[in-house]
Amino acid sequence: MREDKPFTIYGQTFESRLLIGSALYPSPQVMTDAIHASQSQIVTVSLRRQNSVSAGQDFWQLIKDTGLTVLPNTAGCHSVKEAVTLANMCREVFATDWIKLELIGDEYNLQPDPIALLDATEILLQDGFKVLPYCTDDLVLCQRLAALGCEVLMPWGAPIGTGKGLLNPYNLAMIRQRLPDMTLIVDAGLGVPSHACQALEMGYDAVLLNSAIAGAGCPVKMARAFNHAVQAGRAAYIAQAMPEKDVAAPSTPTMGMPFWHQN
Amino acid sequence: MKITFNGQVMESSEQSLQAFISTTDAKEPYAVALNGQFVPRVQCSSTPLAEGDSIELLSPIQGG
Repeated sequence: MREDKPFTIYGQTFESRLLIGSALYPSPQVMTDAIHASQSQIVTVSLRRQNSVSAGQDFWQLIKDTGLTVLPNTAGCHSVKEAVTLANMCREVFATDWIKLELIGDEYNLQPDPIALLDATEILLQDGFKVLPYCTDDLVLCQRLAALGCEVLMPWGAPIGTGKGLLNPYNLAMIRQRLPDMTLIVDAGLGVPSHACQALEMGYDAVLLNSAIAGAGCPVKMARAFNHAVQAGRAAYIAQAMPEKDVAAPSTPTMGMPFWHQN
Repeated sequence: MKITFNGQVMESSEQSLQAFISTTDAKEPYAVALNGQFVPRVQCSSTPLAEGDSIELLSPIQGG
């Protein structure tokens, strides 16, 4: 059995290992209901130009009413300058040093730009931000981000919004193995609760997702399902799974087996 | 002078960033960038505007 360490983000401890997004829900009511059903303690938000300024106020009030910790993102940024500017704007509006640093390198699969990500991370860390970089599942990139001072890394499971699950479990496992003390969160690409459960079973500290809940037929029920899956995955990791074997081994005792070798 | 505000080009005679913002219907909470650089709210009054400046005024929205 493994030691059950608390889930921490830059020194702050959380019970829930499910971080939830606030986008794509069919209505504001469904959003808040799903957030509550997920039992998440951290919700992601962003900044954009508003067509109607009051829309931003209404949304922000709903989020504040949840009482959850807010994690702003730099979604949609394609350059270091854009990401740094948006991070600073987020810090002022949301009054937090946390930033989910998202820097897109490819428009087709929304893959993070690893080189720009390192540059932006360095700038923001030096400026006092607590950076949670959304990155690919590249071990060396994760090691470089850790060397810069990141205390949390968020490698993708699959491209954003695809729902494909953990496309490369080997890479994710290697990151876990090589960075044993790092808080690791699988961010993006999850589709069903078993994907989240798998990530937690592998020893990932948490998962961050949005589309899998918001895009479900019933987001509230799916939020509840993800909450259960995350708890199951973490419990399984702590319990430590049996070693996998290549050859069958009977679970029912053969001792006292009737008709043994009578034919 | 021509100012681009949230992507829309408009005429303005305001001399400071804060004075310009006060002519819009912007309501809290928001943050401001001028020509792609973040401008803290406390500095908006002392930030002059010039011909061709581009202002972004952003507010909270849903995010993943």
